[in-house]
Amino acid sequence: MTVSAPVVPPTERWSIDQSCRQVILLWYGSSVFWLLFGSLLALVTSIKMHTPGFLADTAWLTFGRVRPAHLNTMIYGWASMSGIGTMLWLFARLCKTRLVWREGLYLTAIYWNLLVAAGTIAILAGYSTGVEWMEFPAWAAGPIAFAFFVIHIAAWKMLANRRKGHLYISLWYLFGCTMWFPFLYLGATILIQTPASTGIAKMATNWWFAHNVLGLWLTPIGLASVYYFIPKVIGRPIHSYHFSLLGFWTLAIFYNWAGTHHLIGGPLPAWVVTVGIVGSLMMFIPVTTVAINHHMTMVGHFHVLKTSPTLRFIVFGAMSYTAVSVQGSLQSIRAWNEVTHFTHYTIAHAHLGVYAFFTMVAFGSMYYVMPRLVECEWPSANLIKVHFWGTAIGMSMYWIGLTWAGVEQGLAMNNPDVPFLEIVEYTIPYLWSRSVAGTLMTIGHIAFAISVWQMLRRHGATSTEPTLFTSPTRLFRFRKPPEVVT
Amino acid sequence: MNHFPTIIAVALATVTASLFGLVLIPDWQMDDIVAVEATASDGSSVVYPRPLDVWREQPGRELYVGNGCIYCHSQQVRPEGFGADIERGWGMRRSVPRDYILQTPPLTGSMRTGPDLANISARQASIQWHLLHLYDPTITSPGSIMPPFKFLFTTQVGETTPALDAVRLPGTEGSQTQWLIPSEEALQLVAYLLSLNQELPLEDVQ
Repeated sequence: MTVSAPVVPPTERWSIDQSCRQVILLWYGSSVFWLLFGSLLALVTSIKMHTPGFLADTAWLTFGRVRPAHLNTMIYGWASMSGIGTMLWLFARLCKTRLVWREGLYLTAIYWNLLVAAGTIAILAGYSTGVEWMEFPAWAAGPIAFAFFVIHIAAWKMLANRRKGHLYISLWYLFGCTMWFPFLYLGATILIQTPASTGIAKMATNWWFAHNVLGLWLTPIGLASVYYFIPKVIGRPIHSYHFSLLGFWTLAIFYNWAGTHHLIGGPLPAWVVTVGIVGSLMMFIPVTTVAINHHMTMVGHFHVLKTSPTLRFIVFGAMSYTAVSVQGSLQSIRAWNEVTHFTHYTIAHAHLGVYAFFTMVAFGSMYYVMPRLVECEWPSANLIKVHFWGTAIGMSMYWIGLTWAGVEQGLAMNNPDVPFLEIVEYTIPYLWSRSVAGTLMTIGHIAFAISVWQMLRRHGATSTEPTLFTSPTRLFRFRKPPEVVT
Repeated sequence: MNHFPTIIAVALATVTASLFGLVLIPDWQMDDIVAVEATASDGSSVVYPRPLDVWREQPGRELYVGNGCIYCHSQQVRPEGFGADIERGWGMRRSVPRDYILQTPPLTGSMRTGPDLANISARQASIQWHLLHLYDPTITSPGSIMPPFKFLFTTQVGETTPALDAVRLPGTEGSQTQWLIPSEEALQLVAYLLSLNQELPLEDVQ
């Protein structure tokens, strides 16, 4: 007769979750490390923008190295690792199968960490490729594709193991992106780093790739999570099956044509840019479809936002997806692009996509998945509150400040009578506001990291009730006594 | 597996289609754009664009890339009537694909926290100006938020110039004169900046 920790009946769902445990906690834990490291790089970058003398005496810490290091640790360290964690869990849950090939996936996480670390060190040492969104040296392409090969095979196996023929919409997105991303990264590296293409076509490749990192890698994971967690938390099915398919196919068809809107006014054949603009405007279809679908699912259940951390983060992210996509379509219109291109407006837009949408959804997903893996609850509702409000207020402030600054900056730049240095001076207060916003976001990240750390060490409450923002008032809080197993 | 293979095939087809549409077809279309012989402003015949020299300009370009100059400086002049690039004096004509045929990758940039550099050598031809500007941008451009690149220099105090390339720091004189001795890297970077010029009239500009 032994006494052990509380025992949950080994239901099927529980055994699926437990099969994911070590692997996904490693992907998640690593992602949080990169989130903190990336936030530090972000703050240094942001401060350098208004106080250029800050940490300027070391080559390793010069602005032009720290900035791409920030971008790449966030995209490949934080966003991709947390995304892959959620993705693997969703595959297992939705296919109703245990996580397959755990050794391979565990080793891939270690390997991926080493890759991101080596790539980041290379950038800080001055060996960036100078290709935005793929600054890791060209040698990284093969190893990154290899990691995806492992993930892809695992996904394939779980799909083959599934017991129901029906594929939930999340699986469409997830399986799509495990194919798309290695295709993009390898394809773009070959075209840019070898003579396979010439001159300005390399620039077109760059933006085809960079736009698709968001569109065909992070967005599918984000949307797959939204499609899963909203119905899960509020307990009703997604509004329309047909809408979700329409949204998927129009995204798959149109999103990858939008990239060249980054080159409007640039030195390439006009029709290539026009195609990019058309692709961007066509994005209204998937975005509207998905927005209506999510909204109609939520209708009548918005009060759950008050209590559920998962739902609050996810809905914040889902709404930002609509916002960032509509903004993206609009800014591909020439007259608007003429003003906003080359300004801080674009930086605000990029953060609205990767942060307000993807990162917030990733936080929400982790709040849902982690308790099921470690079998205890989040230790503190207050930490989650600090996390939510720090990131939500910080992100809003970030976006408002830089969007405003960008529009003013663009209008001034298009007026040749305004001296350039006057424009620089004008933007400085907004650059300060970005540093304040970034600090708020970092405070949120630290609160999150503390929570995750305590979860990993299983310091959370072992109650059977989830940690919510607001809970029914109770006079006494009884701990659930450990059960005795015979 | 029902319609699973179809999903895979179509999903790969869409992304392949955009690869062709946005990258490969434009690449083939621009394939016949090669270096041309043209007449420079002084009447001499030049081949444009010319490759960078491997001694200083090419390593300078690598430093430009490695130190992330692209995150604040574009190298593309937008056409007349779209923005005010030409009115600002950033170029005499718009940039065209021919300007970039030798670049791997082209550094067209996406941000203008600082001014466009497509024609920087036409605006600032002085090595000394560039060296001072790299050492501390506010010396030449008060109010600039460009990071200083002091780590590319060593300084020395003395009455006479300590090295051939040394530049006197403004505001210091006599026996207290500070001399900036540029490293080889600083000279390479400046050599690259001085190679940036798209002023040559080309017929491909409509």
